[in-house]
This record gives sequence, structure tokens and C-alpha cells, in this order.
Amino acid sequence: MTQHASPPRDSTGKVPSAGAAPGWRGLMARADVRTLSLLGVLAALIVIGGITKPDEFLDTRNLQLVLTQGSVIGVVTVGMTFVIISGGIDLSVGAIVALASVWATTVATQEYGFAGILFTAVIVGVGCGLVNGVLIAYGAMVPFIATLAMLASARGLALQITDGKTQIVTVPSVLDLGERDAYVLGIPPLVMVFAVVTIIGWLVLNRTTFGRRSVAVGGNAEAARLAGIDVRRQRLYLYLLSGLCCGIAAFMLVILSGSGQNTNGNLYELDAIAAAIIGGTLLSGGRGTITGSVLGVLIFTTITNIFALNNLQSDVQQIAKGAIIVAAVLVQRRTASTT
Amino acid sequence: MAPEPPLLSMSGITKSFPGVRALDGVDLDVQAGEVHCLLGQNGAGKSTLIKVLAGAHQPDTGTIRWRGEEVTLRSPIAAMRLGIATIYQELDLVEHLSVAENVHLGHEPTAAGFVVRGKAARSSTAQLLERLGHPEIDPARLVGDLSAAHQQIVSMARALSHDVRLIVMDEPSAALDPDEVDNLFRIVGDLTSAGVAVVYISHRLEEIRRIGDRVTVLKDGRAVAGGLPAKTTPTRDVVAMMTGRNVEYVFPERPTTDATAGKPLLEVRGLARHGEFEPLDLSVRPGEIVGLAGLVGSGRSEILETIYGARKPSAGHVLVDGRALRPGSVRAAVRAGLGLAPEERKAQALLMLESVTRNVSVSSMSRFSRGGWIDRAAELGAARAATRELSLRPDNPSVPVRTLSGGNQQKAVLARWLLRGCRVLLLDEPTRGVDVGARAELYAVVRRLADEGLAVLLVSSEVPEVLGLADRVLVLREGRVVHTAPARELDEHRVLDLVMEGSPAS
Ligand SMILES: Nc1ncnc2c1ncn2[C@@H]1O[C@H](COP(=O)(O)OP(=O)(O)OP(=O)(O)O)[C@@H](O)[C@H]1O
Ligand SMILES: [Mg+2]
Repeated sequence: MTQHASPPRDSTGKVPSAGAAPGWRGLMARADVRTLSLLGVLAALIVIGGITKPDEFLDTRNLQLVLTQGSVIGVVTVGMTFVIISGGIDLSVGAIVALASVWATTVATQEYGFAGILFTAVIVGVGCGLVNGVLIAYGAMVPFIATLAMLASARGLALQITDGKTQIVTVPSVLDLGERDAYVLGIPPLVMVFAVVTIIGWLVLNRTTFGRRSVAVGGNAEAARLAGIDVRRQRLYLYLLSGLCCGIAAFMLVILSGSGQNTNGNLYELDAIAAAIIGGTLLSGGRGTITGSVLGVLIFTTITNIFALNNLQSDVQQIAKGAIIVAAVLVQRRTASTT
Repeated sequence: MAPEPPLLSMSGITKSFPGVRALDGVDLDVQAGEVHCLLGQNGAGKSTLIKVLAGAHQPDTGTIRWRGEEVTLRSPIAAMRLGIATIYQELDLVEHLSVAENVHLGHEPTAAGFVVRGKAARSSTAQLLERLGHPEIDPARLVGDLSAAHQQIVSMARALSHDVRLIVMDEPSAALDPDEVDNLFRIVGDLTSAGVAVVYISHRLEEIRRIGDRVTVLKDGRAVAGGLPAKTTPTRDVVAMMTGRNVEYVFPERPTTDATAGKPLLEVRGLARHGEFEPLDLSVRPGEIVGLAGLVGSGRSEILETIYGARKPSAGHVLVDGRALRPGSVRAAVRAGLGLAPEERKAQALLMLESVTRNVSVSSMSRFSRGGWIDRAAELGAARAATRELSLRPDNPSVPVRTLSGGNQQKAVLARWLLRGCRVLLLDEPTRGVDVGARAELYAVVRRLADEGLAVLLVSSEVPEVLGLADRVLVLREGRVVHTAPARELDEHRVLDLVMEGSPAS
């Protein structure tokens, strides 16, 4: 109270200063309240899982399963986080995953083996992203509408390709990746893919001009334009990125299920958006973190797993998820108004 | 002064934000019927103080007495109920609502408690606008379509739509023309003679002389002087109290060498936009500062934005170094070395959620990056250097830009282009909301940049600023250049005459 009129000192510790201490302490000093509270929620869930089903939940196989399931949606969420940070939305992710997974598993594609499947999944994902991006960036369509249209048509096309049938994968090298033999030090390959995508996503968002531009476009598109950023091209790239993530996720799903189905990726858009928002990404754009989104995904998949182990129906599960979204947004409001 | 208690008496108000003590024991007394001015440098705490008064911020300590009784202002509504209305520095209108809806926002006239009576709202709004001298504003129009000056009037109508006893105006004149300011002062006069008190914030000392009764000076969150007579305290003393030093409010020397000799760096040939401005020719040489004088709405900002490529011209083109730029492309302009500090910093320039550093570096990212990879240490260092040059406060570029005071946000925008190191600088109202001391620094910086070979095109509503800083002045009226002359051959009256001549009183 008796502090005299000295020039204002540094702001809160939250703001990363140039010389932040490296290592764990530096990391803790930088982690904001939200990240810590998400970690707290995840820890609490693990405790709950451990108490209710001590043998099954903490079993290595179960943990591997949880992480693998989270990985597919996680990769989609990384792309979604970029899109939302830039002030957009991508409702078509689930449908793109479906289309890419069935296109990659047609008999014709499978003839080209592993490379053919991977290539097709990625190309279909990027192609859908390109259509979204062009419509939104250059056709001045509202992201909600453009991606809603993509959702409908990609699902329709997926149904047409499969005719509602499950396409079994017969390429051994693809199937092998899903087997336990492929685990490295107990870590499934799909989880490693997710880890790599996360790290790249984090670096791109926080350390590159691409990330900065995405945030700028979402924070204030007009200001970004007047600052000399090509806002439209940036928007196009962002939907391409989201499509790319969907393609990768589709390939992962093919490995995981050993098949391609037009019902793949159902409601992924909701899970990905919810995970990003729980992680603190502003739906209006301009702010968000990859770390938060990934924690959001892990929280969601852990809950699903605990509920399944305890034989609770998916309706209870949905209600719990809804409650978590509301709680997360309320926390977000609190932390926003106190800064 | 009357023996009865003052209308408002705030004492010992403190308010801290994380890391900053914005108010440190401030006292403020306001009498009914007076115009009480608040003065202070950027970041001194003026806006914070009036937000406490408006119930928008809760003070950490201190008491507020309203007509002698202690009150707690828990929310803006509580303050409004007492009769305290506030016009904020950053306009807070809802662009997608009509004028009438904005004026009555939160207290719509209703039937049966919930059906909004639109017609009643519109007619009472029309009455208010009439009283404010602007009957031409249509209550049914969207606020987003109005000019800045008219939005200001709508804000004022909103304040007056309540039964007010105290009205707070935070830099209301910053966006206004000279004759708009006259109108504002007439309204202030009407209000005070009806016994309403006015708290008035402005960085323009001459305005305070004209309408102020008493002055309270804030410095670093403390009131260094309270209730001084506004008309008789010497300017020198006021400025010394605000800044803690003697600032000479002078413009930098013009260079002795004749800049008209060189080849033009920026050339505009026949540039026009339908309905905004007529074909325009101008050229700016390296080392030259050219000023555009004119009323708000005379097309000045539109001209700058068109030169910058943010608007597509309907005719003509822009040349830099003799080479034509692709019309309507900001990126082409930026690549050719143009920089624009736009008029509306919040809407057009700032990334409110981001740090000062990122706001400053956003136009020069390629300088700190290799292959898209950002060198953050270099970025921070450069941002720090650029913001120090303008003495932006607080002296820590890692803080979010939204926590800066209005004037300091403006400096962040300028720092962006300082850092970018452009060759042609387009400045639209560069000193809006900037305090006296910092203005002098800013003028010096602009002149120094010009001396280093930049071409500068300056728009300002403050005629003395254009005349003092520019070498050559173009006077605009209704989108047309009506006069061009070296700045030293013009004076303020002449410019105002040229600017107003024949224009309808708006
Ligand atoms: N929400 C906030 N969070 C953190 N700091 C803040 C916040 N709002 C204001 N400040 C700080 O409080 C101080 C006072 O700011 P204030 O806006 O009251 O200044 P001002 O006198 O109105 O300046 P100006 O003339 O530039 O408008 C500044 O240092 C500012 O950075
Ligand atoms: Mg202010």
C-alpha cells in the first residue's frame, strides 16, 4: 500500500520473459492457471479411474488403448485449434476423415499397398481442405456454412463409395502397425504420430510466422490486413492444414480398425471443437494453445474410458461431457476477467 | 464555494492491476454545475479513475461520497441510478444495432414490461439528437454506418437518456473537428447551466482553458494537484506538474536544405474513388513531410487508405520510386516500403489479445525469422528499442496491449512502423490521445525519420500540428484539394477558412 509512484514494474509471471529459467521450474513458471487446472482435472480423472476400476483402468493395455483412441481425434484437434484460433471453424472434419478413410481403402487403392493408402488418405484430406479454404478465403463464404456443406457432401460421397459396406484392409504392412509387435517401448505407433503432430503443431503456432499470422488473423482480421498480412492466403492455408490433419487421422483410423467405413469419424467435429474450447481456445479467435487442446482431448478420452469400464451408458457420458464444457468455459471467463 | 457538500467526493482511491498500481490514493471533488478537468500523461490513471466512478472497476481502497453520503458503486447500473453517466475513451456502441437501440440499450421503453416500443425509443432519441445539435442523424440507422464524430454524438445521447447529474467524458474531442468541438462545448455549457457537473478529460490544454472551471492533475496514479483554477493556472505550471519536467511544446526545426530539389519518392497520379474523393495528384520527396488538412469526412483517411492499397481506387495510381504499385493491394504497398498508422487504432491496428511485442513486430516478422522460424530474443529486443524510442509505458513490451492506456496504445502502433523501417510513412491522426510530453517526442521522431530520407504523409485534425510539422500542406474540402502551399505561408485561420468555406454546417 505504501508503494510510491514508481514506474510500473514487470507484469505477472504469466507473461514469458526473455530469460525464463530453463527446465522444469521455468516450465512451471510459464504454465498458466488454465494449463495447471487442466492437468489437475486429468490427474483427478486418473485417480477416479484408479479407484473405481483399479485393475482394469491402470492396466497397461487399457492405457495404451486410451492413448490410441485419443490420438486419432487428437490429430484432428490440432488442426481444428489452428482454424479456431484464426477465427474460423471446421465442421467437416469428421466427414473428411470418413471420406479419406474409405477412399484410401477401396480395392483399387489397396493395390498400391501402404504408400497408396497413406498417399490417398492425405491427398483426399488436403483436397477437401482446399475446397473449404478456397470457398472461405476467396469465395467469401462463412466458414460455418462452407464446412457444413463439405460435411454433407463428403459423407454422402463416402457412402456412395462404400455403398454402406465395410472395406476390409488386406495390406499386411498397414495392419501390422496396429499390432502389439509394432509398439516401441510399449508405445503404440499411432500415439507417436500424435506426439509428433502435437510437437510440430506447437512449434508452428508458437515459433513461426505462420502461427503468428494465424493468431493475428483471428484476433483482428482488418488490423492484420493493414499490417501487410495476406489474410486470404492465410485462411486458405489454415483449412488446408485442417484437411491435412484429417487425412493423417483417417490413415490412423484405417490402421486402428483395419478397415474403412463411411461412418468413420462420426461427430469428430464436436469432440475436436469441445476439446479445443476446454483447452482455452477462444471460439471468437485470437487466442488458444496446442497444449490446452491436447489436454482437452486426453480428458475426454479418459472420461469415455472410465465410463465404459464402469458400464455406464453413453447418454450419461454425453451429459458429463456437456457439463465439463460448461465448467471449462466458466473457468475461462473467470481467468479472463481477472487479468 | 457553497457550504453544502460537493456533489461527488472521492478520497484515497487506490486500484492495482497485476504489476501496476494505476491509482495510488487519489482524491477528487466535483461540485454541481462545474466542469472539472482531469489532466495527466498517458497512463497516469485518468481512465481508471473514471471507470471506478462509473462502477466499471471496483477500487481496492478509498471512499466515494455522493452528495455527502458514502456509496458503493458495485456496477455500472448502480452508478447510472445515481445519475452518473460516462462516455468512454474507447467508444462502446454496438455497431449492429440502430442509433435508437444503442441510446436505449439496457433501459428500453417497454410495454407490458418486455415488448420494446421501438417507435417511442426512436422519437425520444430524435429529441435527444436535436438537443445535441444533430437532428440529421437518423435514429433508425445502424451505428456502424455512422462517422466517428456522429458515433460520439450517439454516445452522448446515450449518456443523456438517463437522468444525469454528473457526466464524465473521456477524451470526447479526440475524434472531432473544430466545429464539432464548438458544438460539444455548447452542449457542455447547457448542461452545466442546468446544474449538471461535467468531468472532462483531454490532452488539449487549450480546451481546458476554454471550458474548464477547475483542474485536477494526475501523475503516476496520484493527484499532484487538486481543484486548481482552470483559466488562470499558467500552462507551463500545468505541464510541469503533469510531466515532472519542463516540456517545450514546440515543433522540431525544419531542415535548411530544400527538399523540393530531390526526385519524388511517393507519387500519386489522378487517384480517385467514387463518392469519396476526386482525382488527386500529389508527390512527396524523401525528407519531406506533407500534411493533409481538412474536416473529418473530407476524405483524408480514405485517401491514405487508398494510397496504401486498403481500398481500391476507381481511377489513377500510386508510384513509389517511379514504379507503379498494383492498385488495391496492401501487400504490394508494404513490399514497396509503405507503412500506415491508421486512424482507428483499436479496429484497424491492434491485436488486443496479444502482447506489445507481437503488436509491434507483426509487420516486420520476416526480419526476425528465417524460413518462417522466429528468433524471439531478437524480436523482443527490437520491440523494446522501438517502444523505448517513443517512451511507451509501461516499459515492458511483454504486457498485453489491451492493458495499456489509450495514448500508449497509439504509440504501440507507431512503434510497429518505426521497427518496420518503411520508406514512406502514412500517418493518420498520429497524436490522437497522446499526451503533451509524448507529442513533442513523437514530432521529433517523425522529423528525424524524414531527415533520414523517409517521405511522410500526415493527416491530422489539429491544424497547428499540420502547420507545425509539415513542410507542405494540402487543404482538402469535400474530397477535393482546394489549396496547396508551403506550411510556413499558412496560418491556422487561413486553413480553417479554406476548410470550412462553403461547406454545409454538419
Ligand atoms: N485492465 C488493465 N490491466 C492492467 N493494467 C491496466 C489495465 N487498465 C489500465 N492499466 C494500467 O493502468 C495505468 C493507468 O491507465 P489509464 O488507462 O487509467 O491511463 P490514462 O490516464 O487514461 O491514459 P491515456 O491518456 O493514455 O488515456 C496504465 O499504466 C495502464 O497500463
Ligand atoms: Mg485514458
